[in-house]
Amino acid sequence: MSSIILPELRYAESHEWARAEDGGIVTVGITDHAQHLLGDLVFVEIPEVGRVVTAAESCAVVESVKAASDVYSPLDGVVVEVNEALADSPELINQDPYGEGWIFRLKTNASLDELLDAAAYQAIALADEEDEDVEGSLSNPKLVD
Amino acid sequence: MVDFGGWDMPLHYGSQLMEHHQVRNAAGLFDVSHMTVVDFADPAPTRALLCYLLANDIARLYPGKALYSCMLNEIGGVIDDLIVYDRGEAGYRLVLNAATRDKDLAWITPLAERFGAVWREREDLAMLAVQGPQALTRLESVLDAATLAAVRASRRFHAVDTGALFIARTGYTGEDGVEILLTAANAPALWDRLLEAGVAPCGLGARDTLRLEAGMNLYGSDMDETTTPLVSGLGWTVAWQPTEREFIGRAALDRQRIAGIPQIFVGLVLNERGVLRGHQTVYDGDREIGQTTSGTFSPTLERGIALARLAADAGDRCEVEVRGKRLSALVVKPPFIPRPL
Repeated sequence: MSSIILPELRYAESHEWARAEDGGIVTVGITDHAQHLLGDLVFVEIPEVGRVVTAAESCAVVESVKAASDVYSPLDGVVVEVNEALADSPELINQDPYGEGWIFRLKTNASLDELLDAAAYQAIALADEEDEDVEGSLSNPKLVD
Repeated sequence: MVDFGGWDMPLHYGSQLMEHHQVRNAAGLFDVSHMTVVDFADPAPTRALLCYLLANDIARLYPGKALYSCMLNEIGGVIDDLIVYDRGEAGYRLVLNAATRDKDLAWITPLAERFGAVWREREDLAMLAVQGPQALTRLESVLDAATLAAVRASRRFHAVDTGALFIARTGYTGEDGVEILLTAANAPALWDRLLEAGVAPCGLGARDTLRLEAGMNLYGSDMDETTTPLVSGLGWTVAWQPTEREFIGRAALDRQRIAGIPQIFVGLVLNERGVLRGHQTVYDGDREIGQTTSGTFSPTLERGIALARLAADAGDRCEVEVRGKRLSALVVKPPFIPRPL
């Protein structure tokens, strides 16, 4: 599988990407690798604007036909904007995970340097593809039945 | 790829949703060779065995006819669900689930011995399912004219046996189509010809959403050894007549029927956005009234759907708890989509 990993983004081990915008705003989504493994997404539960989140806190859920997976905030911050379009079109995450498929935006004082760079994330994604026995993670949704 | 009862099986070949729609609108191809196939050779002792082993009555069979049945334990719980095919003088063929293979064979072995029924597992066979409204049309370029004519003439739950191919008008999608059993060595060539005929390969994921929309139970999720057919929406598969036919589990089913069946087995359709899954708790107001047994997102209805086992007095509305939130749902009678067959 050839997943796209953008060099200009930062990543979390739990397969979220983060992009620094102007004014301490960070956009968050899930990686191409994650959406590939989840398969067709059919439902996204987005956080409420104003919610205070801490790094590694579950704050959204993406559901494919087969499985639900948590999306974790990569950083401490406050949710300032959410991608309302995902309610009607969860497939945007499959089609354009780094663009139209963004999930939420945080206002944060934290530095993106705490997160993985593209090379470090690529190593994780590759290891993941080799190890098909990890259960229940975003990268390997468990069969519901 | 996922592990399914010891078999490496594809969840999808690219897009589970597209595969689902392909089967509903055209034709899809499933490799279901994981299913357990058992052939009984001698018709007479096998009839006596199956009469006792199965909750449905094989007296309803005749050569070429298929029957869906549960195989019960003494307390009326479901050991497995299966299809039995009457092959005339050649005997009977049972197609059982894959994940239950070991316990099924362990259950059948001593009983078969008692009735003098000789059987063998057909691990040499593969099984390909072609399902969808265009399934038979797509077979035109794959089967010879005589076989195709015989398949077209056969009705639902009937099979055509050419020797090389055993072609049954059965399936697990709610669509027209066939399940083809053949020697495993010949299966890859048939698979390729079906792909050339425009049948789209489909994985386990689409198989699950298709069967759920069609209101078909999944063994291990919707029923198991602790639930009877009567609380699993499978009462219609129990042959009560003739009353003198003794089958395993009958006494327990009779007791449950007389005492009053405690639960109903229904479909749920979410009124709001979301996806239903198995093992979610169902409420009527503050009262807990049951659990979902399997659920998914219906690609056809574009709504969350589930099968559920609820208190017998459940109404036509309920709430399902999904990640701490109560979502409102309608209680319906499966199937969730009209079945063409």
